[in-house]
Amino acid sequence: MSEPILPPIGMLAELTHRCPLQCPYCSNPLELLKANRELDTQTWLDLFSQAADLGVLQVHLSGGEPTLRRDLEQLIAGLSARGVYTNLITAGVGIAEGRIEAFAEAGLDHLQLSFQGARPATTDRIGNHQGSHEKKLETARRARAAGLPLTINAPVHRHNIQEVPEYIDLALSLGAERIEIANVQYAGWALTNRDRLMPDLAAVNRQADIVAAARERLAGIMDIDFVTPDYFAIYPKPCMGGWARDAFMVAPDGIVLPCHAAQTIPSLRFERFGERRLAEIWTDSPAFNAFRGTDWMQEPCRSCERREVDWGGCRCQAMAIAGDAAATDPACVKSPIHKYMAILTDAAQEEAASEGNESFIFRRIGATIRPSTRA
Amino acid sequence: MTALRKRAIVSLRSAPSLPRHVRIQYDPVRQAFAVLSPEKVFWPNEISLDILRRCDGQSTVDNIITGLAADYDADPENVAADVIAFLQEWSDKLLVKL
Ligand code: SF4
Ligand code: SF4
Repeated sequence: MSEPILPPIGMLAELTHRCPLQCPYCSNPLELLKANRELDTQTWLDLFSQAADLGVLQVHLSGGEPTLRRDLEQLIAGLSARGVYTNLITAGVGIAEGRIEAFAEAGLDHLQLSFQGARPATTDRIGNHQGSHEKKLETARRARAAGLPLTINAPVHRHNIQEVPEYIDLALSLGAERIEIANVQYAGWALTNRDRLMPDLAAVNRQADIVAAARERLAGIMDIDFVTPDYFAIYPKPCMGGWARDAFMVAPDGIVLPCHAAQTIPSLRFERFGERRLAEIWTDSPAFNAFRGTDWMQEPCRSCERREVDWGGCRCQAMAIAGDAAATDPACVKSPIHKYMAILTDAAQEEAASEGNESFIFRRIGATIRPSTRA
Repeated sequence: MTALRKRAIVSLRSAPSLPRHVRIQYDPVRQAFAVLSPEKVFWPNEISLDILRRCDGQSTVDNIITGLAADYDADPENVAADVIAFLQEWSDKLLVKL
């Protein structure tokens, strides 16, 4: 390694894979872990404490549905005692009476609530859960009443991209400080469902105009975070801010990962918290060092002036589409197979026309399916 | 459109504060002050930090400018332009409440 390894700033804790919803765009791995594989309370607390020692300033508590952990209040309190900023990422369905208030009391800093659609019928259909939209509205109201700052998360794909203006109104009406308009990233279940989720170019361009106008109109009123769609991009995103640069994630069973989809890279072996200390995993684990910095890069990344801007993009997307985790992210216009992205988006449109909308593979524990083999 | 809030514009009489989702915190690992917000961590420079620290909901922008000008031994008019621009930018990003 040419550069010194800096301490991580952020950590995504996937506390559980259990979830009442079944979103076909979920970024969780296809092999979902059951409850008996989850870390216990004390192990999470130890992990959080080691993370704080290491330099982590922000922890995103996610899943699955993190509120299904009965010890969530305790975990928040543990983080809060160490001064770590806590962000709860929830689908907001089935949270028992009094718990949101308890999270706030334990020191929760911020709550992010996802809506599968801006319209009730869309939310209920995409999450495959009747009445979920209504429950989410209730969660938003309770969060506001408990004084919690709120971000509305809008995961965007073909079936709700036309609802973006309504999403913005929804977030405003719920008193949210922020809305995250996040085009789905094709990893995990989203990769399996890619052809059924991919929007078309016209819709993507319309969306960009709508977001730009709304940002101008809502400056100082609501913050709009826009995660643009990779498959239509010219340059890739700096995935996770660069592999093992300033953030990492932990799966429900304590496996420490550089990103969501890292386990799809077959050449890497990952380590479990508990078998080694977090600091050792962060600095020494071969999986973290595999794509750290720029030494691993091939051309065209190796000599590119953007190599420390986007760090070559997403390793898992390179794996999924180019078949080589050390390749340039195909989302990049300089990738030799960049044109293939357009072929994939076109193929998705054809499939949409022929197949109709109702053929999602819903996310479920134990659903035995394999990822799309077309890529 | 259901805009329930309005864009706030900095005036000398505003009394800025940090909203609940933003906080300043000393980080012993990096030995620097960080500003923590829902998705981002900022590393403000000394003068930005001095402005943010004075956003206590009591001091007016006018007070903040006077105080900073005295501390930095600078012309209040120059300080005023910088402070107002800074606060407007942070307010527009919902990171400061006016
Ligand atoms: S994306 Fe949907 S299914 Fe996946 S964890 Fe979130 S709410 Fe549950
Ligand atoms: S060639 Fe590599 S470093 Fe350059 S822009 Fe593309 S992905 Fe980024």
